[in-house]
Amino acid sequence: MKIIVAIKQVQERDAPVRIAANGKWIDESDLQFAMNEPDAYALEEALQLKEQHGGEVIVLSAGPERVGTTIREALAKGADRAIHIVCDDLGERDGLGVARLLAAAIKPENPDLVLSGLQSEDLGLGQTGVVVAELLGLPHATLILHVEKIESGLKVKRELEEGWFQSIEMPLPAVLTMQSGGSKLRYATLMGIKRAKTKETRQVPAGDLGAESAPVVVLEQVSLPKKQKSTQILPGSPKEAAAALVEKLKTEARVL
Amino acid sequence: MNIFLVLEESGGRIKRVSWEALAAALRLGPAQSVTAVVIGAQTEALAAEASAKGVAKVVRVEHPLLAQYTADGFSLALQRLFERESPTHVVFPHTYQVRDYAPALACRMGQVLIGDVMGIEDGPVFTRQLMQGRLNGSYRHTGSGPCIVSVQAGAFRAVDSDASAPPAAITTFTPTLDAAQIRTKPGEPFRDSAQTVDLGSAQRIVSVGRGIKEADNMPIAQELAAALGAELAASRPICDSGWLPLERQVGSSGQTVAPKLYLAVGISGAIQHLVGMKGSQCIVAINKDSEAPIFEVADYGIVGDLFDVVPALTEAVKAAKQ
Repeated sequence: MKIIVAIKQVQERDAPVRIAANGKWIDESDLQFAMNEPDAYALEEALQLKEQHGGEVIVLSAGPERVGTTIREALAKGADRAIHIVCDDLGERDGLGVARLLAAAIKPENPDLVLSGLQSEDLGLGQTGVVVAELLGLPHATLILHVEKIESGLKVKRELEEGWFQSIEMPLPAVLTMQSGGSKLRYATLMGIKRAKTKETRQVPAGDLGAESAPVVVLEQVSLPKKQKSTQILPGSPKEAAAALVEKLKTEARVL
Repeated sequence: MNIFLVLEESGGRIKRVSWEALAAALRLGPAQSVTAVVIGAQTEALAAEASAKGVAKVVRVEHPLLAQYTADGFSLALQRLFERESPTHVVFPHTYQVRDYAPALACRMGQVLIGDVMGIEDGPVFTRQLMQGRLNGSYRHTGSGPCIVSVQAGAFRAVDSDASAPPAAITTFTPTLDAAQIRTKPGEPFRDSAQTVDLGSAQRIVSVGRGIKEADNMPIAQELAAALGAELAASRPICDSGWLPLERQVGSSGQTVAPKLYLAVGISGAIQHLVGMKGSQCIVAINKDSEAPIFEVADYGIVGDLFDVVPALTEAVKAAKQ
């Protein structure tokens, strides 16, 4: 099976959130970046499918030069090669604009399966994979925990709400967005890191893909969330704060 | 103004989150401009339920191929409807089902879904959460054609039935659908194992998040839960790692709880978790990051290292009991 895994590089989870001068995004200077965790699960599923059925795993990522570190991580974990859509203005494109870039890079590869995480940890749009499927004219399923290859294509386990699941059968080629937790993530081995250096990463300038379009939806401004409740922060040493909390829970909230 | 509200059902009843989406639709225009849409193979009862909500019209999008949800079937059926009706706005509840097909539907209409909206200001400007709830973003639809949004559960107050309003006119729309257009074969919903823990009825819950760092540290939370007489629960990453069984997961993909006391230990408070617990009577957060979104919903907070604070709290609870 030829599998393409679309991976996004995002800010480290506990990166400080400082609003940039233009008010449209956060200040990214001095931030650390990492692989979007749901995409790491998509990569893991792809690697396991390749181990079972053979084939090739291709990593696809769009973004500036720094995305190269995340691509190398994916190659070190076992992906065979990579496509890097070099793009410094990813944040100025809407969901459709980003999906158009990815779809244009995927199409000439003719993969059997395209995987991505169910959403990104930065924008959290949760729709890039679905829109890529639509643009490629392929069937899709979202929130997938497990993928099984069957005679007619795939049988996938989809998460529903409140602890329910569903099996879905679908033909190949197809696009799936993966939920986290379906399998255990692997670490890159020393050997893997060494091998990654010899693997091919093809850089494609976004402008060469012929996929430009004016945005339909614009992120105009970002702001820090307002508190929904007035939280009483209990100060002092852990011991003092703990004692104060117990007192509050007993006499004020009356829940002890 | 020609607003379409797409309702979602479960077990033959319209889901409550659909009436929250109606409240959002009413922020965009008056009730006279809202058409509610029900979809399925048999939608008579759903349409009757919807017609009592004060909306102008109800459309039954009905076809035998819509008996069970498929992304292809629902996208095609609604695409056909919207081609005929030319809505200015389309509003959905942000459910797992909607996130499965609404982005594809929007794409077919040359649009982009503004998903998981938690607020609507004049403009309209739509607010949604970014960076796992640590940042808000204000979005505007700038293209021509319909503006398509989905509304976060719990963000708007559900609209009640309006006995004084005349029942809405109900019409039926039969989309042209062919079995060959539906590419996926869905199975029946199932559960992995019998649910043995009912967190929904727990009076007190101690819930653990990523901050606990590793499985070996779980006992410090267990000891606090034992001292409080509380059930132990967790956010998704803890259950994904197998440190607690899935049935103890709180959040959109786990259980929804509303105990008297919800004590969040090392949980940052991503929206997927908050929707499962924000109805709790008293929320306490212990987190080293004072900017963590969990503090936005907490009544009491301790900013500090949970490995110092939680054992101290366990001791304080024990001391208070004596």
